[in-house]
Amino acid sequence: MLYFSKIDIYLMFMLCLGIESTAHTFGVGIVSDKGEILANSKDVYKPPHGSGIVPHDAKVHHENCKERVLEDALKSAGVDLSDIDLIAFSQGPGLPPCLWVGTEFAKKISNENNIPLIGVNHPVAHIEIAKLTTGAKDPVVIYVSGGNTQILAFAGGRYRVFGETEDISIGNALDTFARKVGLPYPGGPKIEKLAKSGKYVELPYVVKGMDLSFSGIVTAAEKLYRDGVKLENICFSLQETCFSMLVEVTERAVAHTGKKEVVLTGGVAANKRLIEMLEIMCKERGCSFSSVPMEYSGDNGVMISWTGILAYKSGQRTKNFDPISRWRTDEVEISWMK
Amino acid sequence: MKLVGRGAEAILYVENGVLVKERISKGYRIKELDEKLRSRRTKLESRIMIRARRYGVNVPKVMKTEDYKIFMEFIEGKRLKEFFNETTSENRKKIAKEVGRMIGLLHSSGIIHGDLTTSNMILRDGELYFIDFGLAFHSTSVEDRAVDLHLLEQAYLSTHHEYFEELWSSTIIGYKETFENWGKVLSRLEEIKKRGRYSKR
Repeated sequence: MLYFSKIDIYLMFMLCLGIESTAHTFGVGIVSDKGEILANSKDVYKPPHGSGIVPHDAKVHHENCKERVLEDALKSAGVDLSDIDLIAFSQGPGLPPCLWVGTEFAKKISNENNIPLIGVNHPVAHIEIAKLTTGAKDPVVIYVSGGNTQILAFAGGRYRVFGETEDISIGNALDTFARKVGLPYPGGPKIEKLAKSGKYVELPYVVKGMDLSFSGIVTAAEKLYRDGVKLENICFSLQETCFSMLVEVTERAVAHTGKKEVVLTGGVAANKRLIEMLEIMCKERGCSFSSVPMEYSGDNGVMISWTGILAYKSGQRTKNFDPISRWRTDEVEISWMK
Repeated sequence: MKLVGRGAEAILYVENGVLVKERISKGYRIKELDEKLRSRRTKLESRIMIRARRYGVNVPKVMKTEDYKIFMEFIEGKRLKEFFNETTSENRKKIAKEVGRMIGLLHSSGIIHGDLTTSNMILRDGELYFIDFGLAFHSTSVEDRAVDLHLLEQAYLSTHHEYFEELWSSTIIGYKETFENWGKVLSRLEEIKKRGRYSKR
């Protein structure tokens, strides 16, 4: 086997520095165009107990930590800004105050060091990092996070949406319920833990064709809590119901597209029960399943940097560098796939 | 027992000349949820098929329903998906208009099909049949009706691109004949096309 030192890699390959700042996370990642991940630094804003994200506070958090996170990334990769060939930044969708921090920071580094700059769509980056780290080539993708719940697959030059939530995301549903019953942020892992000793109680199951809806389930779960139903049982049923809905729509997308791989990505991708359910479904369907590694499941700079490389090398150039706070996944031309 | 189809949630097989649609158990979900969903959906689907038939829509005749199985008439014919590519322009228009008439009848009876594609329409001895009511539900909302039509329009566009104009305009003519409130639905359809996932914002 050939051995390359880090220095060799930098001389031979292109390096991209990626900046993520759509919501809670301020992240900087450094990746080579061969897919080697050299740095994954981040700092995550934590909202006050009992509240969701406060956009202005998150913005202040990002402003305060950005230089430190950048330095940390450069240090752990062992490079200077002069070694960087491309800067990528998360251009949207996201919370405008947060998006602006990353955008301005990326512009500044790009100008001062004369490095080309490219804007990246955040959900597309979640898909691409999942493909890079799992080795999947053309999967049905389940993207679940605090802000998004979508089932996607590549068709006709885009990642098409084969199913999505009509109201709130699955991550938001779990967090909202956790907050209402006094569990600290982030609620997902706490619910997962409590669910282990729970039993099933009835909650609404809302799948309409390919669309999902979670807000009614949260309301019903809160009502059960007020009525004195054991929290463990509600957590168990909440997970089972929401995840079954998600797996059902995924299975339909697999049946419809005939694709042979399924990949899970995004912040909620860390949930063990969801992973287990998807594994069973895929086994029954005869397709492969993989989940993005934990360190790349939440928002991070690595995914932005890798997607920036893919877009740049396939000829894409960003003309307008302002944040795009509403930007649908299926609007992005995936020029690096055939 | 002869397996004739497998979807995401059910298998279809023929037994003594009768088509059986059986919702199969999913290993990923807990027993309580699995049984609840399968039995509820089986009941709903058979109820909807019986209602549709009463309103004059050609659908397979339901013989009986059992736990997770619907026993129904096996319609052997040609799917419109193939038929449209093999016939004359005149025949296409005639059948596409019939498609519209049937959708109009369905909507008048308060049913949304939920999966209107030319794979779910069969021609037998010149008679058009709608099949697969697995995603069907009861609704009289303008939005649901418009989305129902929108799915068909998308299916025509993707599967029958070269005949799209004649198919779609004939279908709309038929729809107007059997569904009184077509005006509202068609204008909502235009709105839907401008928003959300269906086109750029």
